[in-house]
Amino acid sequence: MLQIRDLKKSFTEPDGGDLPILDIEAFDLAAGEQMALVGRSGCGKSTLLHVISGISRPDSGKVKIGEWDITLFTEPECDRFRAEQIGYVFQTFNLLPGFSALENVLLGMRFAGGRIDRARAKDLLDRVGLSHRMTHKPTQLSVGEQQRVSVARGLANRPKLLLADEPTANVDSGHQQQVVDLLRGVCREENVGLIVVTHTPEVANQFERIDNLEEINRAVVVA
Amino acid sequence: MSLWKIAWRSIQQRAVASALTAFAMGLGVALVVAVLVIYGVIDKSFRRGSQGYDLIVGAKGSSLQLVLNTVFHIGESPQPIPYSFYEKLNRGDFGTAVDTVVPVCMGHDYKGAPVIATIPDMFDRLRYLNDQRYEFVEGGRNFRMKAPFEAVVGSMAAQKTGLKVGDTFEPTHGGAAAQEPDDGKGHHHKVKVVGILKHTGTPNDQAIFMNIEGFYQFGCHTGGPTRAEQLLNAKPAQPKPEPPPKPKRQGILPGLAPEPAEEHGHEEHAHADHAAEHEHAEHVHGVPMDQRRVSAILVCTNQDERSRLGMALPDIINNGPVAQAVFPAKEIHQLFERIIGNIQLVLLILASVVVVVAGVGILVSIYNSMSDRRHEIAIMRALGANRMIVGTVILLEAILLSLGGGLFGVLLGHGLVGILGPTIAAHTGVMVSAWQFQTNELMLIPSLIILASIVGYLPAASAYRTDVAKSLTAGQ
Repeated sequence: MLQIRDLKKSFTEPDGGDLPILDIEAFDLAAGEQMALVGRSGCGKSTLLHVISGISRPDSGKVKIGEWDITLFTEPECDRFRAEQIGYVFQTFNLLPGFSALENVLLGMRFAGGRIDRARAKDLLDRVGLSHRMTHKPTQLSVGEQQRVSVARGLANRPKLLLADEPTANVDSGHQQQVVDLLRGVCREENVGLIVVTHTPEVANQFERIDNLEEINRAVVVA
Repeated sequence: MSLWKIAWRSIQQRAVASALTAFAMGLGVALVVAVLVIYGVIDKSFRRGSQGYDLIVGAKGSSLQLVLNTVFHIGESPQPIPYSFYEKLNRGDFGTAVDTVVPVCMGHDYKGAPVIATIPDMFDRLRYLNDQRYEFVEGGRNFRMKAPFEAVVGSMAAQKTGLKVGDTFEPTHGGAAAQEPDDGKGHHHKVKVVGILKHTGTPNDQAIFMNIEGFYQFGCHTGGPTRAEQLLNAKPAQPKPEPPPKPKRQGILPGLAPEPAEEHGHEEHAHADHAAEHEHAEHVHGVPMDQRRVSAILVCTNQDERSRLGMALPDIINNGPVAQAVFPAKEIHQLFERIIGNIQLVLLILASVVVVVAGVGILVSIYNSMSDRRHEIAIMRALGANRMIVGTVILLEAILLSLGGGLFGVLLGHGLVGILGPTIAAHTGVMVSAWQFQTNELMLIPSLIILASIVGYLPAASAYRTDVAKSLTAGQ
């Protein structure tokens, strides 16, 4: 479902030089497959997720999701594709503070340009245990609840792939497992591919597949 | 979820800053609205004030002063002209050129309301605003020619003075009648109110109208020869004509030159004619015709004759030495174009500058919030919103703030007009209501949208250019 070939990505340094971030020969993920992506800070984990989601453009290489090579997309096409096919769960949840839990989930649908399916949004919130908190604003929710809303939002458009960038980093240990279970359970139910970037061994060890980006990324970026 | 709602939520999130920004916009719009409404109403009132007659004939001098004093009862009363001028217009050689001729004498007041002496035709035959007839509040009627000390009161003058039907009052000389004998004192004649005029929206609402015959019996607007008459009488070649001479003065047709006092000494004859014409019964004991003066004459030209004699009448009068004939509508138009219109323009420009400054306030407010919002924009982009959507959301936010402030400003402006209305009415006689909307207020909507689009462009462009990856990373 996800195929990455000869991917290169670098940033421009203040002195004008190139700083290679990613240099990956091959990276694949099957449909519905779940994996943990580990590696030290600065090895390019978040950048890889940005490239996969089309937020960042690679310098070269292919990023194929399903039948589409997103590196060939224009930016608006990429935005639309991301909205429809890729879910994103952030470390800091990144809920929009002016909107209720339900509205945060609906926002994802809005940007996908399709029909706003309130029933699905409510169903997702129900499945993450927040049916009683739908009208609450993020500031009225606990950290664990916010991350659950974030998971529901990531799945709102029935994506093929869910990218979770350190989803448990800001959650206390008591809630970490809850978040992991939720991600894995819902993705399994919806047959969504899942890449979880994590620094936490307890989280990573729950996945059958664990890739260390330092091993597959040929760019020398580790300090 | 619409983009409007997303923009509205963004405004709600910064409620205090947004409210203050919209308030500033509202103040500017309120000023614009107040200027538009007040000037709109004043413009309408001025223009409608002169309707019902074509010409005003008065002493030579400032035509504007003549119009302002005669139509709006503002400023100094012009020099009087001989009553004979009225008679000649009314039943002289120009009888076919005119439809209605109404003399008015000014210079008196009662409790601040101008008292105007005239004849019943003022309300019986003249019309106002789109050919409407003057009407009286129930229980009242017009004054009668045969009752010299009857009066009717304009609707606002009635409120101002407290006069009602059956009351009596003593007019006093106003400042404009300084040349008259008992300045500042009341006359020892009681004038009885017989009618209250229904509101007309014209300056007549704020005046009191009494019978001109009673006025002359006060000894007002009477006396020796006027300056014009002196001028005429001083001419050597002015023999006592028998029959009356056909004056050869430039531009003066027979009958329009005022007759010298000695030529006009047939008081009883004149009175008899006048009485016959106006069903007059009591004024035979009044002032001799040759001593009577009028401040102005309102002339409604005969529509059928307009193309011929009626059209020539102003030129004939203006070419003579005694009087001038002015078109009130033209004078008022010029007054508005040259003076009041310019004042309005200046005020509108100032108010518009306030609106533009408020618009810049919106720009600054949104732009300053962009650094805080860049992370939110990045989240929206990560969720699939394209650049155009986030730019549009920011633009809509500016439009909402602008329109919200504008709506508040419209309400505030009309509220302001409503509060100031009684004061404006008391000073000018122009009734201004909070609910008087001007059609050009509708222009505010597209104007505010255009302004918001301009001021919203910069922050929208900033949102458009947001580096998603960088902003997402910065927010972690």
